[in-house]
Amino acid sequence: MGWAIALHGGAGDIPKDLPPELREPREACLRYCLKMGIDALKAQKSPLDVVELVVRELENNPYFNAGRGSVLTSNGIVEMEACIMDGITKNCGAVSGLTTVVNAISLARLVMEKTPHIYLAFEGAEAFAREQGVETMDSSHFITPRNIERLKQAKEANKVQVDYNTRPIPKDDKPPAPSGDSQLGTVGCVAVDSYGHLATATSTGGLVNKMVGRIGDTPIIGAGTYANKLCAVSATGQGEAIIRATVARDVAALMEYKGLSLKEAADYVIEESAPRGTTGLIAVSATGEVTMPFNTTGMFRACATEDGHSELAIW
Amino acid sequence: MGGWAIAVHGGAGVDPNLPAERQEEAKQLLTRCLNIGISALRSSLPAIDVVELVVRYHSPFSVRELESDPLFNSGRGSALTANGTVEMEASIMDGDGRRCGAVSGISTVKNPISLARLVMDKSPHSYLAFSGAEEFAKQQGVEMVDNDYFITEDNVGMLKLAKEANTILYDYRIPITGLESCAASVESPIHMNGLPISVYAPETVGCVVVDGQGRCAAATSTGGLMNKMTGRIGDSPLIGAGTYAGELCGVSCTGEGEAIIRGTLARDVAAVMEYKELGLQDAVDYVIKKRLDKGFAGLIAVSNKGEVAYGFNCNGMFRGCATEDGFMEVGIWE
Repeated sequence: MGWAIALHGGAGDIPKDLPPELREPREACLRYCLKMGIDALKAQKSPLDVVELVVRELENNPYFNAGRGSVLTSNGIVEMEACIMDGITKNCGAVSGLTTVVNAISLARLVMEKTPHIYLAFEGAEAFAREQGVETMDSSHFITPRNIERLKQAKEANKVQVDYNTRPIPKDDKPPAPSGDSQLGTVGCVAVDSYGHLATATSTGGLVNKMVGRIGDTPIIGAGTYANKLCAVSATGQGEAIIRATVARDVAALMEYKGLSLKEAADYVIEESAPRGTTGLIAVSATGEVTMPFNTTGMFRACATEDGHSELAIW
Repeated sequence: MGGWAIAVHGGAGVDPNLPAERQEEAKQLLTRCLNIGISALRSSLPAIDVVELVVRYHSPFSVRELESDPLFNSGRGSALTANGTVEMEASIMDGDGRRCGAVSGISTVKNPISLARLVMDKSPHSYLAFSGAEEFAKQQGVEMVDNDYFITEDNVGMLKLAKEANTILYDYRIPITGLESCAASVESPIHMNGLPISVYAPETVGCVVVDGQGRCAAATSTGGLMNKMTGRIGDSPLIGAGTYAGELCGVSCTGEGEAIIRGTLARDVAAVMEYKELGLQDAVDYVIKKRLDKGFAGLIAVSNKGEVAYGFNCNGMFRGCATEDGFMEVGIWE
């Protein structure tokens, strides 16, 4: 028993020779966010508050695919989405298609707390953001030179497969990521306090060169994000694969219906349900355990538990 | 055991005072939907094609297509958002391979379920929404209509009623004691999605099928919630919530969207079959009983063994079921 926290900055085909100028700022951010989360848990903040504040920080960091630093749609803009869920009540909030909201995760929380709905998207979500007076910036604020470059590379790689009007694209044939980290997706945080209360939060810019209006796994309860009384889960990777495999819900379902432990359930989902190379997840249990499996080359991640264990890794 | 099976639903949460003729009309529509599906199954159409076909036929907003049929010349159009606009959504899932497609925020596409199918078959993604989805629809050359095709006098009137009811009851999480003097709640103390049942109209249709090869599929389509906030997405387009199909079963849900999302209802029926090894009816009963803490909903399901089942914890659900051995039933109440 005791508190536990885990956070991620995306799973994907992260090359082992990732240059220091790309690796170090992300490691530093993970380290900083982990400390923020630990301090908040020690200060008795609720897990819901903890996951929100950690994800806000990750969103603000331009090196991760969320908030500022989000990857770009095929039209060269950002469309951000996020989701938050409270394990005890199973209350949740989700947003998609945001273009000006600085912290999508906080808007998701407001949907949960200030509307009779769970999920608001696109213009309706932006209108709600204005009503609520959350911080917004012109959409150019979120676009970074690295992402403009990533989009360019993705378009070049896709040239041979571009006309999906005339023939279906085989779902499992994804074009190889040119720079090695253009498949990077999502940030997330899961936390449990010493009373066993759980919460999860996930936020993302989505898939580079995605079609305008494309929604991924992040805002879909049970796919990229899920929490109940047993565990809290945040997934990352190839959105379409995570949706089909209902990844986050399945970790909890395996614990509940098959009596598996957190680690067994998470490993099962990563190894058996989700195709190789598509998925990573972080999860904590009500009893203070933590696990961070992935079937991709790497996943930016960090975790800590009350008994002093802590970890930060990429591969 | 074995053989094909089909179930359809036309929404959960029915006014106990629904006039007898309306009940009869509804049952006839459900019967026709079943017959369309049964014919298709007898011609060996795969499950994924059958669910799409039936939902296209059944959608309340496509009822205008049946203008030549004297029974259905009161096309109701779609639910309207608080702004009086239309935002329809749908999803479809093929249990064989668990491929899926979904759309939200649709206002000019005549058959959202078919657009969801195209997302599944012709795009690299699983879910498209709002202007991006409409743009994809144009590229795919699907049938588009003017926005006001879906806006009917009936629905404009219903929006007005919903707004009046909601000014008293905006937050349905707040207990409604002390409102006995309110005319709406005196007539019908039952509530669904925040509205008195006399005002509420189910907006969702769904179909689940297992074909002769044992392949399951599911499809759900809706106008959403009357007087919903613009941009509100419910359970119908969310895989695992309103719709799910896998190797063992196909499921389509309807009712209070937020409760269905929290309960990941459709996925849970399948998960309970996979992980607890419950049979179809037991799985359906389990999920309805245990996964809807504060909410009202219903669902239909088929298994790869040719079984069909349904369940609901609210006041009625329009549904019909049929299996290859000749069983056929339509119903509204318990």
